[in-house]
Amino acid sequence: MSVLELRDVHRTHGHGEATVHAVRGVSLTVRPGELIAVMGPSGSGKSTLLNLAGGLDSPTRGEVAVEGTVLGGLGRKALAALRRRRIGYVFQDLNLLPSLTAAENISLPLELDGAGVRRARRAALTSLAEVELEGYAQRFPDEMSGGQQQRVAIARALVGERRLILADEPTGALDSTTGEAVLRLLRAKVDAGAAGVLVTHEARHAAWADRVVFLRDGVVVDTSGPLAEPEQLLDGAAS
Amino acid sequence: MSIKYGLLALLQRGTMYGYQLRTSFEESTGGTWPLNIGQVYTTLSRLERDELVRSLPEHDGGQRPYEITDAGRAELAAWFATPIGRGDRPRDELAIKLALALTTPGVDVPGIIQKQRTATVRMLQEYTRMKQRASGPADLSWRLVLESMIFQAEAEVRWLDHCEASLARHAPLPTPAPQAAPVPEKETEKTT
Repeated sequence: MSVLELRDVHRTHGHGEATVHAVRGVSLTVRPGELIAVMGPSGSGKSTLLNLAGGLDSPTRGEVAVEGTVLGGLGRKALAALRRRRIGYVFQDLNLLPSLTAAENISLPLELDGAGVRRARRAALTSLAEVELEGYAQRFPDEMSGGQQQRVAIARALVGERRLILADEPTGALDSTTGEAVLRLLRAKVDAGAAGVLVTHEARHAAWADRVVFLRDGVVVDTSGPLAEPEQLLDGAAS
Repeated sequence: MSIKYGLLALLQRGTMYGYQLRTSFEESTGGTWPLNIGQVYTTLSRLERDELVRSLPEHDGGQRPYEITDAGRAELAAWFATPIGRGDRPRDELAIKLALALTTPGVDVPGIIQKQRTATVRMLQEYTRMKQRASGPADLSWRLVLESMIFQAEAEVRWLDHCEASLARHAPLPTPAPQAAPVPEKETEKTT
C-alpha cells in the first residue's frame, strides 16, 4: 500500500481575478522505501504541495491519502491526531524548542498523543541512537551544531510509528558535507521502510531521491527516475 | 588532461608494467575513463623518449616494468602545481546548442531546457547511487572523482535554471501591445 497518495490535487488561493493557482492537478504516489524529491523554482508550488501532503493545508479539489486514510474526510481533531502519529516534518529552520533537551524535543509529540513519559522517553532515546546521537539526550539545541540539530529534527520526525517523512529544504544553511550527512540519514531511514518527500531547489540534494518531480507553476512538467538496476528489471518481469 | 600525467602519477607510487598501469588508472577513475593497452604503451614510449620514465629489464614473466625519472617527478610536480584552465577543456556543446536554439525559428527552447535538466538530474541520481556504494576509506579517490562529476552536473542544472528564468524574463511577447499602458501614479509611489 502507498504511504502517501495525491490524486489530482489542486490548491487555489484568492478569488476572481486575484486567484492564484498554487498547485494544479498533481497526482503522486509514494510507497514504503521510496524517497521522492520535488524540485522547482521559488513560487512553483513546492511548499504548498508538501503542506497538502502533510495535512497542514487542504486541497481545493482532489484528494490526499496517508496510509489509505483520506485526509479530507477527517475532522480537525482526527486530522491533528493523524499528523502527530503518522507524519514527521523536517523544516529548514529546524523548529526545535530551545527550552527542551534533544530527548524532550523528540518525546513531546508522543506525550501529546497520550504516551506515558517513560515510554515516550524510551522511544526518543531509540530514535536518537538511530541518528547516531546517543550521548546527546540531555543537550539543549543551542549546545549542538546545526548538523546535529537537524539530525534531532529527523529523529523527531520518525519517532514512534511514523512512516511518512516530509522535508522542506532540510539542508538549508548547512555546509555541503554536513548537509550530505543529513541526506544520507534521510535516505537510510527511507531504505529502512519509511516513505519520504523532499522539497529542494538543489539538484545535488534531489539526486538522493528515487524519483525527482519537476514542478513549474503548480504543474508537474516532468519526472526523473534513476535507471533501473538489473534486479529491478527482473522484478518487473516477474510481476 | 592527457594520459601522460595519469601514468606519471601512478609511477610515482612505484614501478609498474603496462597492464598494471592500465588497471590502476581505471581503478583511480572508477572506470569512467577506460584505457586500451595500446594507449598505455604509446604513452609510455613517448614518456621514455622524453626521459620522464625509464624502462627496466623484463621480469621472468616477460613484463617490462617502468620507473619514473627525476625529470618525470619534476614534470608531475609542475602539473599538480598548475591550475587547469577552463579554456583547456572542449567547447560546451550544450551552451552552443541552446544559443543556436534561441535564434532558430520553430525550436521549443523551454522544452530543450527541461529535457536536458531531466537527463542531467537522472545522471546525478546515478552518480549519487554510486557514491552511496563507495563509502569505505579505500574509495576516497573514486569518491572525489564522482563528486567532481556531481558538482559539475549540479552546476549544469543551475545554469539551465538560470537560462529558463532569463528566457521567461526576456523572451519577446507573442503579440506586442500596440501602446505602452501609462503607469498608474500609485504604482510609482510604491518605492518611496
